[in-house]
Amino acid sequence: MFDQPFNSLPARAGVGFKPQHFNSLMETPGPVGWLEIHAENYMGDGGRPLAQLRALAERFPISVHGVGLSIGGDGPLDKDHLARLAHLVDWLRPAGFSEHLAWSTHDSHFLNDLLPLPYTHATLARVASHIDEVQETLGRTMLLENPSTYLRFAESEMPETEFLAEISRRTGCGLLLDVNNVFVSATNQQIDPRTYIDTFPVDVVGEIHLGGHDADQDEHGAPVLIDSHGTPVADPVWALYTHALTRTGPCPTLIEWDTDIPDWPVLSAEAARAAARLQQATP
Amino acid sequence: MSHAFTLALLDPKRPVPPGLTDPQGRPAGKRFDIYRNNIISSLVRALETGFPVVRALVGEEFFAAMAAEFARAHPPRSPRLMFYGAQLPGFLERFPPVQGLPYLPDVARLELALRESYHAADTEPIRPEALAAIPAQNLPTAILRLAPSVRVLRAGWPVLRIWKAHQDQTDISDATHDVLICRPLFDPVPQALPPGGAAFVATLLEGAPLGAAVLAGEAEAPRFTPAPVLSRLLAGHALISVEPAP
Repeated sequence: MFDQPFNSLPARAGVGFKPQHFNSLMETPGPVGWLEIHAENYMGDGGRPLAQLRALAERFPISVHGVGLSIGGDGPLDKDHLARLAHLVDWLRPAGFSEHLAWSTHDSHFLNDLLPLPYTHATLARVASHIDEVQETLGRTMLLENPSTYLRFAESEMPETEFLAEISRRTGCGLLLDVNNVFVSATNQQIDPRTYIDTFPVDVVGEIHLGGHDADQDEHGAPVLIDSHGTPVADPVWALYTHALTRTGPCPTLIEWDTDIPDWPVLSAEAARAAARLQQATP
Repeated sequence: MSHAFTLALLDPKRPVPPGLTDPQGRPAGKRFDIYRNNIISSLVRALETGFPVVRALVGEEFFAAMAAEFARAHPPRSPRLMFYGAQLPGFLERFPPVQGLPYLPDVARLELALRESYHAADTEPIRPEALAAIPAQNLPTAILRLAPSVRVLRAGWPVLRIWKAHQDQTDISDATHDVLICRPLFDPVPQALPPGGAAFVATLLEGAPLGAAVLAGEAEAPRFTPAPVLSRLLAGHALISVEPAP
């Protein structure tokens, strides 16, 4: 639809920006080559959040990551919210925009979580039309992220990788490969995470996410992983990331850490681990 | 699908909707509860961030339980969680367990007003000379525009004193109820208003001329004088234009 790359982020390590790291990032960014912000946190009218974002945008490429558009919802997109997003993207001119294959709004209630949807031909058509609307409104291609899921829909008609590939084919959008989400969902769905990566349409991947998860069990004693972004990236996720890089080649890689946020040196060290793997990846 | 899903998410007593399973096809059960927990705990976190003094007043454990009840009754209407919790003061007024803390809703209103001020649009303040340059006889008809970050809170309790006690600022003398919030740069600063001051600033916020605002102040406090409030507004970068009457 748009004759342009999915984003202009460098194939380096990035981190999700948290205000407490502002001074460290401006003074000692270390391995960090770009930043991601949550769009909804910058939809106020002014004040410190927007002033910090303007200052950061002069130093770093910025990726805008939406968490509230509800692209997987069965109702129409929230026009007010889409307009606020377009306003942010218009003035910031970020290096990229991404959102989730999930829903969060129903009947004007915003549920503040990335909720799952069945993978059917009907939901495929709806998600594709929502992505068309977003891309037309923003005037750019977006990336769609694979979700963490905890349960299965009996009505699903196709695997998630096939659903995502078809969405990208129909809309021209790129994909954001969240390797932690792959590990979490594959464990919870009892499929092989490497097979998931090996069947993922890597030619349209524009960004990779890494983050921490928590471990639990369901009532039958089966392991259930929860996407929590409150811990370091787990060792098997690093291994899966290394495997994913053999397919994608060097790709902008983000460390997400959203709860129990650590001091800057801890987050910077996680970004350095990603940067080291990126350097070894061959195009 | 999402209707049944949403109802069950917000009401833990409802059964898990049919068609949601584990990999073996057994009903999802605990797996569905992960979504229930994620939603409520994320909204509780947003309320903890937004109402730190209310939380300190009732204790962390009680606040978490109360916030969960609030979140189920009043889920957000917008993905802009920076403004979530506008209904908390009203909820606190009716919430039976906190009826012994009648000042709690006003403390919540103060914290909401501080948050609104924090996210309000940036504006350029006028220089103090601009106000001094207006001939005295023209002052009553002059229109003073206030920054969008200015808030006035009329409280039934000495909320500023309660709030300051939780900021390591002890100001025991300050027993006034009305609060002015200005944002000189990025951090909103709440300060006490003298009697009549709240009516004065509220009238200016409506766009009425200075003379009308003074009358509104005097109607509430016969000895009201605008000078101390005007100097607070100037110092707080809260005056953004001064114009003769239209």
